[in-house]
Amino acid sequence: MKRAVLLTMLAVLFALGGCGSQARVWRLTDVRGHLPDLAFTLTDDTGKVVDAADFRGKLVLLYFGYTHCPDVCPLTLTHLHVLMQRLGPLADRTRVLFVSVDPARDTPAILHAYVSAFDPHITGLTGTPAQIEALAKRYRVAYNRGPTLPGGGYEVAHSAGIYLFDRRGRARLLATDADPIGAIEHDVRGLLGTAP
Amino acid sequence: MSRLQRIVLAFAATVLATPAFAAGIAVQQPWVRWLPADLPAAGYATLVNTGDMPVTLTGVSSPDYGAVMLHRSLNRGGMERMVTVNSIPVPPHGRAALAPGGYHLMLMQPRRAIRPGQQVTLTFTFGDGRTITVQAPVRPANASG
Ligand SMILES: [Cu+2]
Repeated sequence: MKRAVLLTMLAVLFALGGCGSQARVWRLTDVRGHLPDLAFTLTDDTGKVVDAADFRGKLVLLYFGYTHCPDVCPLTLTHLHVLMQRLGPLADRTRVLFVSVDPARDTPAILHAYVSAFDPHITGLTGTPAQIEALAKRYRVAYNRGPTLPGGGYEVAHSAGIYLFDRRGRARLLATDADPIGAIEHDVRGLLGTAP
Repeated sequence: MSRLQRIVLAFAATVLATPAFAAGIAVQQPWVRWLPADLPAAGYATLVNTGDMPVTLTGVSSPDYGAVMLHRSLNRGGMERMVTVNSIPVPPHGRAALAPGGYHLMLMQPRRAIRPGQQVTLTFTFGDGRTITVQAPVRPANASG
């Protein structure tokens, strides 16, 4: 009799916990409680001043880069474009924020042309050096401008992380540009509560 | 069809089917990732060396761009950076991939309005002075390959 009760209790626990967030196995790095909520004031690629509250209600994927980056940033943004295609209608519940680490060259107009070439679910963000530094520091993102090259250009080395925030703006998961799209898709669906 | 016509056709078919080739080196599957606003674009290809000696890519030029540089993306400790390289080695009986996230061409200062769907001309120069010219398709910014 005691055994039957115990088994029933276990069965109930599994039924309750099985689909809950407690039992979820993330494929990306769980950063819940280790990083602060999303907060910033920046200018979006239409020239409008925006802050984190403007994106509440959406799952946010935050990535730092710059438009004079022809190889790695396009590769990551292409992965995120494929992710959006795989999510189908759910993509509208997410937003990719591409934050420029090169505000001297990345005007809202250039950012707009750049992000629009990848996917409609991406917003480009730029701002004053201090505004961008504040957001980067908040998530321990490093970047530094390289030396001026012949022709006047320069590169900007930058962290490759993609930070995932839930729809309440809480930092939840950290991906890198080396994570497979399937892993990011799995966890995005999990955060949206639509995992199969 | 005459015998001569057949031979000419067979020859033409062989030439057209063969990738750009110069005595043991080939440049295969070249392509360019288009970016808007005259931003620098990346070019990719696979270099194949069928010879017994190492070969080195020393430079690329194009009538369609004011400057072309050899670049390599490197990830060190989670930091992404791009460095300029002077050459790219292709081992004997081996290949070198110019592919997203690694070696690539940095195509700067477009000399005309370049759009996805077009082709651009790229001339690869190797250490021994040999050159191979290819037409590279320009793909959209979000092309997977
Ligand atoms: Cu580059």
